[in-house]
Amino acid sequence: MIRVVLPHHLRKLAAVEGEVQLEIEGPATLASALDALEARYPVLCGTIRDHVTHQRRPFLRFFACLEDLSNQPPDAPLPAAVASGAEPLYVIGAMAGG
Amino acid sequence: MSGVRVLVGTRKGAFILTSDGKRERWDVSGPHFGGWEIYHIKASPVDPDRIYASQSSGWFGQLIQRSNDGGQTWAPVDNKFAYEGETGTHLWYDGTPHPWEFKRIWHLEPSLTDPDTVYAGAEDAAMFRTTDGGQTWRELAGLRNHGSGKLWQPGAGGMGLHTIVLDPSEANRIFVAISAAGTFRTDDGGQTWRPINRGLVSKYELPDPNAEVGHCVHHIAMHAARPGVLFMQKHWDVMRSNDAGDSWHEISGDLPTDFGFAIDVHAHEPETVYVVPIKSDSEHYPIDGKLRVYRSRSGGNEWEPLGKGLPERDCYVNVLRDAMAVDSLDECGVYFGTTGGQVYCSADGGDRWAPIVRDLPAVLSVEVQTLR
Repeated sequence: MIRVVLPHHLRKLAAVEGEVQLEIEGPATLASALDALEARYPVLCGTIRDHVTHQRRPFLRFFACLEDLSNQPPDAPLPAAVASGAEPLYVIGAMAGG
Repeated sequence: MSGVRVLVGTRKGAFILTSDGKRERWDVSGPHFGGWEIYHIKASPVDPDRIYASQSSGWFGQLIQRSNDGGQTWAPVDNKFAYEGETGTHLWYDGTPHPWEFKRIWHLEPSLTDPDTVYAGAEDAAMFRTTDGGQTWRELAGLRNHGSGKLWQPGAGGMGLHTIVLDPSEANRIFVAISAAGTFRTDDGGQTWRPINRGLVSKYELPDPNAEVGHCVHHIAMHAARPGVLFMQKHWDVMRSNDAGDSWHEISGDLPTDFGFAIDVHAHEPETVYVVPIKSDSEHYPIDGKLRVYRSRSGGNEWEPLGKGLPERDCYVNVLRDAMAVDSLDECGVYFGTTGGQVYCSADGGDRWAPIVRDLPAVLSVEVQTLR
């Protein structure tokens, strides 16, 4: 089980409060975490990464264990503490806009 | 008892304003989708409780919301807008080829006959259609793949397909406008398109008087009883076509400035047209800080200022292209929203105005439903 913390607007879209807990089959990676997230909450498809290319939307970033994981390969393993559920994966919106 | 429902899209959510036929007292509902840009929200003309909204954000991209109960509850439908086939390129600001990239839906136009069919105008410019109430969207790629597509270039606000007008007399005829490509028409339900920009002149931006595309058309409007007559607010110039867009002539006449964005036609008088003159392309606000709607009752050229109830001074808002609408009550109501967050209503065809709300986020679009 991994834990994911979504930004306010995505929590509202998915109609969840607090963290999301997801079961992942196989290695815990950004790609497998997002696959599981979108499978559970289809409304989030396209809001974090592109529908087709799966490229991260430019104003969103991924953090965990005080590390910026935004630019790591989608299939790279997430930190062990995230994979074990000890620490959450954060989806963060850039500070921008008015 | 008849009434109206005004659907307002803003920079920070959607608002629904309702009133009875007198249009004096209003209930305000919202924000719906608070914090999101609502470029457009529009209801089906055949099922007034079916409403579609374009919800987007720079962070999270595009969503489409659908209501089946007049805007009380909403559910997201499909948000996958994929260009068909080879994506190809258009021109970038610097004149180099640039691949088409989906950014947002500017305009949603529900079918005149089927509540499950909706047309969606996209940036980068393309036309999409759903026939299943938004569960799936497919591009009508004949427009983007029109031979001129590789020459289209974005305006300052992007390369959006912002206007869709359905012809009530010919089911397969649709007009669209794209910034800054121009106006296009299909006569076969969207399979093939052709530019209809003859007569448009933009001598500085587009020196070639015969340019087939490249025109910065801001909005077009039609009266349902006269579908061959189109009115256009171009970047500069107010224009008219009497032949379904085959040719255009200028009707700016005695307007104090012919720059602007919004244009609409009276519900019962096909020759009564409304515009909101804006000072210039450099200064997007009313002349002298006086907000004025101008009305022509002669189909153009002769215009009268309408300001009773509108700000007389210190008003420096804009009225965007999709932010004007009319209802079809016996005495036609006219509505517009401003970038300052006001939505004004005239219940008497423009003679007197009153604000419905004053302090919304910047208004992007206004649509009106007449409920009977």
